[in-house]
Amino acid sequence: MSIYAYLVAGYLILIGSYGIVRSRHLVHAVVSLSVAQAGTYVLLLAVGYQRAASAPVFGSTTKPNTGVVDPVVQAMTLTDIVVSATVTALLLALAVQINKRHGTVDPDDLAALRG
Amino acid sequence: MNRLGRLLLFALGGGVVSVLFVLATFDLPDFGSSIHLYRDLAVPAAVQHHTANVVSAVNFDQRAIDTFGEETILVASVVGAAALLRPSADESERRAPDLGRTLESTRLVGYVLMPVTLVLGVDVVLHGGITPGGGFQGGVVLATGLHLIYVTGTYPALERLRPVVPFEVAESLGAAGFALLGLLGIWTSGAFLGNFLPLGAFGQILSTGTVQVLSALVGLEVLGSMIVLLSSFFAQEISIRKAGADQ
Repeated sequence: MSIYAYLVAGYLILIGSYGIVRSRHLVHAVVSLSVAQAGTYVLLLAVGYQRAASAPVFGSTTKPNTGVVDPVVQAMTLTDIVVSATVTALLLALAVQINKRHGTVDPDDLAALRG
Repeated sequence: MNRLGRLLLFALGGGVVSVLFVLATFDLPDFGSSIHLYRDLAVPAAVQHHTANVVSAVNFDQRAIDTFGEETILVASVVGAAALLRPSADESERRAPDLGRTLESTRLVGYVLMPVTLVLGVDVVLHGGITPGGGFQGGVVLATGLHLIYVTGTYPALERLRPVVPFEVAESLGAAGFALLGLLGIWTSGAFLGNFLPLGAFGQILSTGTVQVLSALVGLEVLGSMIVLLSSFFAQEISIRKAGADQ
């Protein structure tokens, strides 16, 4: 089935968003966001895939005129992963601070602003 | 908004998105087909610049300005995380307790694997333009190698091994070097981050022009970022306590 990989990507994005919506713990919300972002990696790599093609790195076994998968989406996936990792770190640091200032990590308990 | 309302809103939005997404996938090129327009442009451009690893050519040559932006995001978020995690007014930093015991055999594995991992990391960084890998991947391997001393040893040993300040400097140097090389590109080739160095022979380590240099600078920066970030989280968990809390 040729759209299966795309559906997996869409499923990951939606299930990650669903995890954020029903989260009861900030760390759980951050991990859910990472799951949703994993969906974007799958989507990018699925777009660039070609059957029976090799990796876009040339050498003695892969000559520059052989078929390779799309390197542009792979580079974008790399960018995506780096940004995802840094955003995760920043959000976790925020969660640590929120736990210290408010004494809770349940997003529902953070509805009211406090000085 | 209460939980039920939020779930209903998500059910509505998620439902619409999933229907539209499935409809959109039918119009995408078939999975695994041989139609890749960007590939057909990127591969000849990479070969023209003698870059064997086309992914690195895209990252550090064809779309280098995009990587510059990504690098800036990396620096900004590490600065943000470090600022959020610094000791606040009512907290103080104390000496980390020498807790935890590891098996002798575990420690031996750490001592043996750490140099191997560090060499592997340097290898991945330096061959970024010609084999799979590059600065981002190699920098993470290097930082992981240094933290093996924590996983298989103790926190004080890690603190002796990696004083944070040099890594903060390394992070800034990596980012500044990337910008400097970009400006040199304007001066020599007329384009920001233009590839102005000699291209060398295809597949050799001294080839690809600026790709290898930019990759190494990114490796330096990622190593510094990872160390600064992890050390902030470690300090938060291990050595920072509320003032007056029991020792």
